[in-house]
Amino acid sequence: MSAVDVVVAERRLTRRSRFGPERGAWLLFLPAMLPILVFSVWPLLQGIALGFTNATAARNATVEFTGVENYVELAGYELFWNSFGIGLIWAFSVTIIQFFASLSLALLLNANLWGQGIARTLALIPWAMPPVIIAIMWRLMLHPTYGAVNGGLGAVGLPDSINWLGQASTALPAAIVVGVWAGMPQTTITLLAGLQGVNAELHEAAQIDGAGTWQRFFSVTLPALRPVIIAITTLDFINNFNSFALVYVLTAGAWGTMLPMLFAYNEAFRYGNFGLASAMGNVIVIVIAIFLFFYLRSQARGREA
Amino acid sequence: MPLGRVLQYVAIVLFMIFLAFPLLFLFTTAFKSQRELQSPDPQLLPAQWNLDNFTAAIDRANLIQAAGNSLIVALVTTLIVVAVSLPAAYALARFRTRLRKLATGWILLSQVFPFILIIVPLYLMLQPLGLGNSLGGLVVVYVVWSLPFALWMLQGYVASIPVDLEEAGAMDGAPKWRVLVSIVLPLLAPGLVATSLFAFIGSWNEFFFALVLIKDEALQTLPQRLALFVGAEGQVQLGQLAAASLLAAIPSLLFFALIQRRLTSGLLSGAVKG
Repeated sequence: MSAVDVVVAERRLTRRSRFGPERGAWLLFLPAMLPILVFSVWPLLQGIALGFTNATAARNATVEFTGVENYVELAGYELFWNSFGIGLIWAFSVTIIQFFASLSLALLLNANLWGQGIARTLALIPWAMPPVIIAIMWRLMLHPTYGAVNGGLGAVGLPDSINWLGQASTALPAAIVVGVWAGMPQTTITLLAGLQGVNAELHEAAQIDGAGTWQRFFSVTLPALRPVIIAITTLDFINNFNSFALVYVLTAGAWGTMLPMLFAYNEAFRYGNFGLASAMGNVIVIVIAIFLFFYLRSQARGREA
Repeated sequence: MPLGRVLQYVAIVLFMIFLAFPLLFLFTTAFKSQRELQSPDPQLLPAQWNLDNFTAAIDRANLIQAAGNSLIVALVTTLIVVAVSLPAAYALARFRTRLRKLATGWILLSQVFPFILIIVPLYLMLQPLGLGNSLGGLVVVYVVWSLPFALWMLQGYVASIPVDLEEAGAMDGAPKWRVLVSIVLPLLAPGLVATSLFAFIGSWNEFFFALVLIKDEALQTLPQRLALFVGAEGQVQLGQLAAASLLAAIPSLLFFALIQRRLTSGLLSGAVKG
């Protein structure tokens, strides 16, 4: 499930309730609001604040407000920016490849082919699996001697002893394929849902006017799908940028796969630099906020249109 | 059959192989003998299906203990999440206060903000409360982590129950709480089951918070134990790793097999109405 559903559902719920605002609502909401405030909102604010301190994991160390010091340090912290770059490459590649693959699959699933039900069920498999197990499974697939990937390459006469996850030239591309695999079901189902909402009459009208398959796709389907496409790619991008478990188990950040989350995790819990790690978190949040801003703006525009 | 159709079938079959094959590979690996796993020319299917990897993995990785921890954490989390989100979801669905806007914003935010920003303060907070390095601490984190989504799901189910039913009940003179218990709650049962399952699977699969918070080996959760098992891959046999992973994935796979029809049809019909 994703935030896309939240947005879609919220738009659907425009019918006014007959209950109107009432004070009792707050009381019913309290049992849920308290834990959220204490263990979610408060730590989030603290996390932002920690980014401006020299906090460390050391016990009894005094925590001092250091202003922008962490950010000055981050500015010259080449490894962090390196990891930031890797995160951007990873998130863009996974999101874009995943989008085109999912769109093709969604179009196929929407095309009235025999065996659609089975295909739809199979397409959900990656969604049903925990990220840690997906990563373990793909380590088996990509294993240099045992793995099915090299096995398949060998069967068609290609080089078959590539250590996919163990060298800088192939580790990130391999991880990107795994990321696409893991994320495809959700994107596919969301796009499929969008496709089924495309007005069939418009399609027929275009067909009568003599528009070919491609013409209809570009002039009817794609414009109608635009809001769904913007929503799912933005959220996929943010989720991918926030990835942790998958790559942690695949490579632990070795061979040029040190995603920002892995980097910040190491900074905090390996080296104990809580303040600096939180500052990294703040920088990451700003990037995400920029994407979210454009996303929400496009949503608002879609609503006006 | 026209060429276009043939190509469509070829494409869809290729997609299916790409999506389903890795799981098949994991499955067959789990049943292979050690000799087969080390063969220079590995075959897809085991020559003889055997369960040695399963027994060895359960023994060596101490999976039972880890599965027990995961089960406890997931069950307690689910119970708390449902108990706490039930009244809140009702309020969210039935009363149009500012709360609704706020809650929606928070739900959206909670889906996208990076956990690294919240984990350091949470880690620091849980220690003095005696919840650091404990399953209790993990429950706290999982509750707040799954609450937004559970709330959202449940309020959707409440909203789908016609208000007229409640009003009809109230007219017969029944007090409000009785209307809720005898009319709304039974109708909400499928929604409660779905929400519970989502909360359960989410906690069962979670890795990041467990990795940070749990230090004692005896308290590790299943995904955490498996991830560490991978770290020792040099000594660990691939077959055991596959067997352990397969066992750990069963609850999620079962859950999705159960709900997949409703999941897709629900999402699909939702979008059509939108």
